[in-house]
Amino acid sequence: MEILSNLALGFSIALTPFTLTLAVLGCFLGTIIGALPGLGPSNGVAILIPLTFTFGLDATSALVLLTSVYYGAMYGGRISSILLNIPGDEPALMTCLDGYPMARNGRPGDALVISGVASFVGALLATIGLMILAPLLARVAYLFGPAEYFALYLLAFSTLGGIASNNQAKAALASCIGLGIAMIGLDNSTGMPRFTGGNLHLMDGVDFLVAIVGLFAITEVFFFIESHGKGSAIGIKLDKVTIPWREIWSTRWTMLRSSLLGFVAGILPGAGASLGSFLTYMMEKSIAGEKGGFGTGVAKGVAAPEAGNNAAAGGALVPMLTLGVPGSGTTAVLLAVLMTLNITPGPTLFADRPDVVWGLIASLLIANFVLLAMNVPMVKVFVRILSVPPWILMPGVTMVSFVGIYSLTGSYFDLLLMVAFGALGYSLRKLDIPTVPIILGILLGNAMEDNLRRAMVLSGGDWTYLFSSAISNGLWLAAVLGFVAPLFLRRFIKKPQAVTD
Amino acid sequence: MRVGDRIFGLVTIVVALGYILSATNIQTSFMSDPVGSKTFPYIIGAVAAFCGLIMLILPDADPEWPSLAGILNLMIALGALVGYAYALKPLGFIGPTTVVSAILSYQIAPNLARAILTGVGLAVGLFFLFYYGLGLTNIDPFPKALLG
Repeated sequence: MEILSNLALGFSIALTPFTLTLAVLGCFLGTIIGALPGLGPSNGVAILIPLTFTFGLDATSALVLLTSVYYGAMYGGRISSILLNIPGDEPALMTCLDGYPMARNGRPGDALVISGVASFVGALLATIGLMILAPLLARVAYLFGPAEYFALYLLAFSTLGGIASNNQAKAALASCIGLGIAMIGLDNSTGMPRFTGGNLHLMDGVDFLVAIVGLFAITEVFFFIESHGKGSAIGIKLDKVTIPWREIWSTRWTMLRSSLLGFVAGILPGAGASLGSFLTYMMEKSIAGEKGGFGTGVAKGVAAPEAGNNAAAGGALVPMLTLGVPGSGTTAVLLAVLMTLNITPGPTLFADRPDVVWGLIASLLIANFVLLAMNVPMVKVFVRILSVPPWILMPGVTMVSFVGIYSLTGSYFDLLLMVAFGALGYSLRKLDIPTVPIILGILLGNAMEDNLRRAMVLSGGDWTYLFSSAISNGLWLAAVLGFVAPLFLRRFIKKPQAVTD
Repeated sequence: MRVGDRIFGLVTIVVALGYILSATNIQTSFMSDPVGSKTFPYIIGAVAAFCGLIMLILPDADPEWPSLAGILNLMIALGALVGYAYALKPLGFIGPTTVVSAILSYQIAPNLARAILTGVGLAVGLFFLFYYGLGLTNIDPFPKALLG
């Protein structure tokens, strides 16, 4: 019973008062971040990263804090979906479809409770899945050589581009922008500068935290200025919160099915939580059929996407921890944290740093119960926070971003770079070019190139070496399929689009 | 009209070719491997140029662009943020933060009194939070020259 002894190790770390405090704090902050429209899990975690470092947290603590924020944000996203019909973040989009009608029918409390319980079931099952699957996958990952890793990175870019965006060319372009930026700085093998233009600030390359905060937080500020923060008025009043036991029980199969499907969607590199909630909603809708009344505010329609997106959030941690390839935007941000802390995710992480992995898993289990408590009995506290107006919130977010980056690097150059990334992010998002592949490119660019070069050193320059093993061939095939297949499937499966009232 | 994608596709092609051109000038060293420092950038540049070409040929429908006044607004915000990046170190935290938060706040909801209050509140509140709460002592409250 290796898992039990590992879990015991994990809980011995997670149950220390300090780690426990961080987990609770993370859940609290995360729920707020998720609930506030315009702040999602990825930009929420991104803003908090610099502050984590100035706290001087060690790897386990930093990871516990930020993943609790991540889980919390996934829970919190539903609050504004249900009460305002504005998704707090992208994965919560599908929750609007039944959550808001249910709230308008005078049952906002029920909608919040059902979705909270569904979130709990999804996240808990996914964490258990992570616990079982991650060590197994880590063992497989030992078989990976440079050629396999190169193919794996390619797979991450292609599925991210293929599944999670509307236009293949634009997603591929975004990946290239990220990879191109990653090349800036000193060449790992020769030590010679590349693309620095003689600028000393660029010798170390572009810090991915600067890019992340710029592309997520600053871009969001520009969008708020463009829209003048419209559509953020409080919609529905929440009076009394009771627990509709019978209705929760009636959704039990929906929750289980959705958790499973969401978890699988989360594991696919690049697909992430938005896909998870979309697929689960569509699945439950077709199972319920015409009589199910989906879209009019039924319990199953609220439970399915919430169980799905929270399960996907847990699933996305599997490839991130075992292979170093993030499954979603937010896990890409978490990967950035690990890399900054000098921890290389991958199979060796499980062997060398079991304290980090199992401490994290144990904390996530605890965080789930904390989140259930916060999101069901205490949900009114968070509803009140929704009334922070955007004209205070967005300037605040900007200032926190600036101070965070400044305290990390102490250079005005990085601040300018951050603003530049914000402006870039605005234009790209206007043109429907996804920004997550850019982050992935900046994060993985150097590792991808190193693996390619190492593979070529091993083979003496023979390019066929890239296709020499069954694993790498399988990954190449999956990469090509993942990129091309959505072109044909797009008629049937569409990326969830913003819901208009 | 499908102008946005076309323009962006063209810009992409130009930038990608420039990227490839500047990759030819990367200094190589005596330590070399079969792939070298230039190949990967070449591949990236080529793929990016190809994507640009596709955007040029098969553009998506244009998004809703902001009005002229909206663009001007965004430019002001951009200018304010750039100014903030330069001002934070020499002028201290309180002054620039007040001004820039007030500008951003006013741009989101044009109400002068509220914007000024937001600016002052955020500057003072965040300073206390960062400096005393989180112990970020590398930010100065006021210009260094004033503190002597």
